[in-house]
Amino acid sequence: MSALWDLLQSDIVRTVMLGAATLGGLSGMLGAFAVLRKQSLLGDTLSHAALPGVCIGFLVAGSRDLGVILLGAFASGALAALSVLAIGRLTRLKTDAALGVVLSVFFAVGVVLLTVAQGRGGAAQAGLSTFLFGQAAAILRSDLWIMGGAALAALVLVLALWKEFKLVSFDPDAAAAQGLPVTVIEATMTVMVAIAIVVGLQLVGVILMVALLIAPAAAARQWTGSLGAMVALSAGFGAVAGVTGALVSATARGLSTGPVVVLVASGIVLVSLLLAPRRGLVAQALRRRAMLRQQGDERLLLTVQALAQHHADRDFPAEQGMLDAWHRGPTGAALRRLQAQGLLDPARHPPETTPHWRLTKAGHAEADRLSERDP
Amino acid sequence: MMVALFENITAMIVLTGVLVALAAALPGTFLVLRGSAMLTDAISHAIVLGIVLVFLATGALSGPVQLAGAALAGLATVALSELLARTRLVAMDAAIGLVFPALFALGVLLINLFARDVHLDEHTVLLGEIGFVWLDTRPVAGAEVPLAVLSLAAVLTLNAGFVALFWKELKLAVFDPALAAALGFAPALVIGALLTLTSVTAVAAFDAVGAILFIAFVIVPPATAALLTRRLGRMLALAMAVGVGSALSGYALALRWDVSIGGMMAAMTGAFFLAALVFAPEQGVLAQALGRRSARADRDAAALVVHLAQNAKAGAADTLDALVSNLRWPEPRARAAVLRALDRGLVQRADAHLRLTDKGAATARQLAQR
Repeated sequence: MSALWDLLQSDIVRTVMLGAATLGGLSGMLGAFAVLRKQSLLGDTLSHAALPGVCIGFLVAGSRDLGVILLGAFASGALAALSVLAIGRLTRLKTDAALGVVLSVFFAVGVVLLTVAQGRGGAAQAGLSTFLFGQAAAILRSDLWIMGGAALAALVLVLALWKEFKLVSFDPDAAAAQGLPVTVIEATMTVMVAIAIVVGLQLVGVILMVALLIAPAAAARQWTGSLGAMVALSAGFGAVAGVTGALVSATARGLSTGPVVVLVASGIVLVSLLLAPRRGLVAQALRRRAMLRQQGDERLLLTVQALAQHHADRDFPAEQGMLDAWHRGPTGAALRRLQAQGLLDPARHPPETTPHWRLTKAGHAEADRLSERDP
Repeated sequence: MMVALFENITAMIVLTGVLVALAAALPGTFLVLRGSAMLTDAISHAIVLGIVLVFLATGALSGPVQLAGAALAGLATVALSELLARTRLVAMDAAIGLVFPALFALGVLLINLFARDVHLDEHTVLLGEIGFVWLDTRPVAGAEVPLAVLSLAAVLTLNAGFVALFWKELKLAVFDPALAAALGFAPALVIGALLTLTSVTAVAAFDAVGAILFIAFVIVPPATAALLTRRLGRMLALAMAVGVGSALSGYALALRWDVSIGGMMAAMTGAFFLAALVFAPEQGVLAQALGRRSARADRDAAALVVHLAQNAKAGAADTLDALVSNLRWPEPRARAAVLRALDRGLVQRADAHLRLTDKGAATARQLAQR
C-alpha cells in the first residue's frame, strides 16, 4: 500500500494518470454516440487510418511534437472518413467493404511511412512505437494542455448540441422532419469520434483504439437507459480503464499500455453484461427462472382444484405422490411455497400415511382466478 | 534450374507475396460480396492470440498445429461476436468491436510477458517479415524451399480446391442464402468453412505480411475487381490478378524507396483500387460522369428535335444562336445536343440552318404524342 502511495507522490506518475484519465474519459464520452449510431466499425477504420497521419506528423515535425502529430492523425482520419463516404456514394460496394478497403490501405500506407520514419533515426523510431500500442509513460506534462484543451472543446460541444445529438442518435428521421440539419450534425459527430480517436492514440495506440471507444459505452449501456447517465458512466468507465492501464503498465516493465487498458475495459464490459440490473444476463436468467417457477406453481394449484372438482369435494385431499407422478417430478418444494402463500393446507387422509394437500379458501379463489384468466 | 530459383532470395520474396495475394483473393471475393469484409479484420487480429498461445504451449511458430490453433482463434472470434450479438445486449458491429480487440490485446500482452526474445514481437504482428522468409527453409526434392512458400502453397491449393469444389454452393450462399437454405445447401456451413479457410490463410500469411496487412490482400483486390465486372468468375480472376500485380509492383517500389516490402505491397492494392474507382469501364467515376453527360446529350437532342418541329413554320429557330437564346442552353451544351442529333440522323445541316430529317420528324411526333 505504501509502495502505491510513494508511486502516487511521483510527479511523472501523477501526470500520466491525469493524462490517462482525461483520454479515457473523453473517448468513453464520445464513444457512447458512436455505439448508439452503430458506427463501431467506422471507429476501427478511423483509428487504423490515423497511422499515416501520425507518421507524416513525425516526418514534418522531425521530432515528437504532439500537436503536429495529432493534427496529422486528425487529417488522415478525416480523409479516411470522407473516403468511406465517397466509396459508398460512388460504387455499389457494401459499406463494410468500403470500411475494409479504407482501413487496410491507409494502414498499409502508414506502415510504409513508418519505415521511412524509422530510417531517419533512433529518436523518431522510439517515439513512433508508442503510437502503435500506446505508452502512457510517454505522456509529458506539456501534453496535458493539449489533451485538456481537446477534452474541454469536446465537452462544450456535447453540452451545447446535446438535444440535437440525442435526436439524431435515436431518430434521425424525426430530426430531419423537425428541420434539423441532420447531415451537418452527423458530420459533427463523426468529427468528434475522430477527435476522440486521435487524442486516445497515445494511451492505447492505433490498433486497439476502437476498444476504448466502444467498450466503455457498451458497458454503460447495460446499466442505464438514459443517454445522460450513459454518457457520464461511459466517460467514468473510460477513465477507470485508462488510469488502471497506465498504472499497471508503468509498474510492470515492458508492458504496452494499450492492451492493458483494453483488457480492463473488456473486463468492465463482461461484468456489466453479466451483472447489470434488469438487462444483465444473470438478472435475465433469474427472471426467467422465477417466471418458470411461477408457472409451475400455478399449474400445480390448478391440478389440485381439478381433483377437487372431479370428486365434488372442495376439501378433497390430493396425495402428494400422485401430484409428483402427474407433474413428472417432485412437487414438495412447490407445494410448500403454495402453503406459505396460504393457498394450500397439508391434510391427512387416514388410513393412508402419505402427505396430502387441500385447497384453502384463498386457494380456491386463486385457482378460480387462474382458470378464468386462461380458460 | 529449380534449385537456383528456390535459392534466389528475390525470387522467394516475390513468390511469397504472390502466393499471399492468390490465396487471400479466393476467400476474399466471396466475403466482399457477402458483406462480411470486416470479419476479416476481426479474424486477422484474433489469430495473434492463437499464434501466441500455440507458441507458448508447443514452442512452434509454424506448422500444422500452429495453423490449426490460430485458425481456431479466428473462428472463435466470429463465434463469440455472434453469440454476444445474440444476447441482444449489444449490436453486431459493437460485438465485433468488443471481441477482437480483447483477444488481440491478450495476445500482445502475452508477447510482452513471455515471448520477448523470440522473433515474435509486436512489430512482426504489424509488418510481417517477408524480407526474411528465406531464412527458414525446408529441403524439398533437393532444393531449400522457404517454409513460408511451402505453407502458403499448401493453403492456396486448399483454397482453390474448396472454391472449385463448392463453386455453386458458395455462389448461392453469398447471393441468396435463403434459396440456398431452401434447396438444402447449408449456407451456414459453407460460410463457416469459408471463414475457417480465411483464418488458416491469415495464419499462413502472418509471417510474410503480418496480421493487419493481410486484411488488405483479402478485401482490396476483390473490391477492385467488383468495380470492373459483375460476373463472379471474372471477378475472382481479376481479384487474383490485382493481388499479384500489387505484390510485384509493391516489391519493386519497396526496393526503390527502401521501405517495408509488405507495407508497400498492401499499399499498392490501394493504388489499383483507386485506379479502378476512377477508370473502371462502367462503374468508374469517369465512366459514370461521361454516361451522365451522354444521357443529357440524348435528352437535349430530343428537346432539340421537338423544338425544331414546333418552330418549323416560324423559321427563325433553326440556327445554333437561336437555340442558345430560345432554349437558354450554354453554347457547349447546345453544340453537344446538335452533334448528338446529327449522329443519330435526326437533323441535317443546310448552311447555318438545321432541318429535321424524316426520322427526326417522326421522332418529334412520337415524343409529342407521349
